Amino acid sequence: MTGTLTRELIVHRAGPAVTVQDGGRPGWIAYGLSRGGAMDRMALAEGAALLGQRESAALEMGGMGGRFEAGCDLRIALTGAPMRASVDGAPVTWHACHALPKGAVLEIGPLQAGAYGYLSVGGGFAPEDILGAVSAHLTAGLGRSVAAGDRIPVGVDKGGAVARKLAVEDRFSGGELRVVESLQTRLFPEDQRARLCTTRFTRDARANRMGVKVVPEGEPFGVEGGLSVVSEIITPGDIQVTGDGAPFVLLAECQTTGGYPRLATVIPADLPRIAQAPAGAELRFRFVSMDEALAAEAAHREALKALPRRVEPLVRHPGDVPDLLSYKLVSGFSNGEHHDH
Amino acid sequence: MTDRSATPAKYPLLRTAGIDGLLVSFGERLSEPANRAALAFRAALESEAWDGVEEISSSLVSAYLRFDPMAVSHADLEARLRALMGSRDWLQAELPHGRRLHRIPTAYGGTLAPQLAEAAQVAGMTEAEAVESLASARVRVTALGFAPGQPYLGELPEVWNIPRQQALTARVPRGALVLAIRQFVIFSVTAPTGWRHVGQTAAPLFRLGAERPFLLAPGDEVEFPRVSEEVLARMQDDPEGGASWEVLP
Repeated sequence: MTGTLTRELIVHRAGPAVTVQDGGRPGWIAYGLSRGGAMDRMALAEGAALLGQRESAALEMGGMGGRFEAGCDLRIALTGAPMRASVDGAPVTWHACHALPKGAVLEIGPLQAGAYGYLSVGGGFAPEDILGAVSAHLTAGLGRSVAAGDRIPVGVDKGGAVARKLAVEDRFSGGELRVVESLQTRLFPEDQRARLCTTRFTRDARANRMGVKVVPEGEPFGVEGGLSVVSEIITPGDIQVTGDGAPFVLLAECQTTGGYPRLATVIPADLPRIAQAPAGAELRFRFVSMDEALAAEAAHREALKALPRRVEPLVRHPGDVPDLLSYKLVSGFSNGEHHDH
Repeated sequence: MTDRSATPAKYPLLRTAGIDGLLVSFGERLSEPANRAALAFRAALESEAWDGVEEISSSLVSAYLRFDPMAVSHADLEARLRALMGSRDWLQAELPHGRRLHRIPTAYGGTLAPQLAEAAQVAGMTEAEAVESLASARVRVTALGFAPGQPYLGELPEVWNIPRQQALTARVPRGALVLAIRQFVIFSVTAPTGWRHVGQTAAPLFRLGAERPFLLAPGDEVEFPRVSEEVLARMQDDPEGGASWEVLP
């Protein structure tokens, strides 16, 4: 890239839940600090694949994006939950990477599906390192939300292609979540364990980076007699059942230990799906054996590794009408892929 | 496979936590021997340093190990853990070496800690007796959790086996020393609590940029000597908040 002195993204406006997120800070649970990091780590991997770089810190945008200006020539990737986005007023494709020249304004609007959109940049965001990571962990008081006026430092971009896209399977509208038995699954009566897999759940409006409430259709869940369980290690994906019988699926910023019994644990490969389920989305749970869960983990890691090979040039598809209509013509001509209908 | 029997569990008990965690528990509820066993077992895991293990921790009564299940198999790690579990009576184990004894100056009662009188009354003591008892107690960090660096400390003398209050206190300040069921908690952030606010401390539990960002570690011991409100006020300006420590023999 050019020898710009300061590499940064200038924030003119930011939604209420915009933070810098990376893979989190593992290794501190003995001290009461959970790993944190991106709610949808798949989206970080997709951003990295599109930009042809290692996984790095991105802006996580819950619900709403913002208005950003390139403080230097940037390459950007838009991944995770699709949001309406434009560069200098011209719509740009989600699940894709683009050039954002110095001074260009990137406008990211509300969600079109899912819960968390991600803005990655070539070189990655590089704010202050806190205990080995740059991600904000607001529950723990580490870092802060991104706000208007911020100038977020960006690392050195070794360069690479732009105008590339990635076909992404829908994980933005709920669906099935695979679970394994947790520490306390067997404390729940057998009929409840069976019911977990036959009940339809709705993702409640109550959700944040700590976890997501899921409301069962029908009977509530709970352990008989208000059993007091000794406070024990929590792992992201644990389905914790509190007093009102509605389970919480604990996510990136969960507490490190807790005394509420846990019905089951969502496997890591399906955490992006629960994190991205919007309010009102329908969710189901399915118990799998540890062997099945490990096979799913192996497949998930293979899929992540294969992402860079699946990146393809961003070309217009004839059926993609909104894109066609918004396509910027150069000197009055289309790029030759225009089709009449 | 992991022991999943519902009734009555045999300790130590090995269970999976998610797909990448194994937990060895030494009791069904908190007790001094179970906590000591968890701390000793955790120290043993640290010195074993098995390949594929990514994090080792302990909770009140358990040692926890997180690993990469693609790098090391469950069967392999479970066999190693069972061998270690059976290698001795962990409930008789000594506490690990290298632990610290901290002294955290505390202002008891008064305007800074308004629930001392109430707690003393529930415990059947005068305020003076309560301060004498709490300021001379030495407690162990049984676990850290809820917020970064926030310790659970136990066990206080039996007389302090007092329940949580019915209603929550809307907010206690950072550094509040609160008490219930023979345990202390020091709040590392301002928070609501059902525990009674009996003392106020000034020592930061979490300091970014410090060599050890967290003041306390599981297994450390702590005393809360009494200071006046005026002395505590001066300690608010001290980066250590008046706290000192030494390595236990």
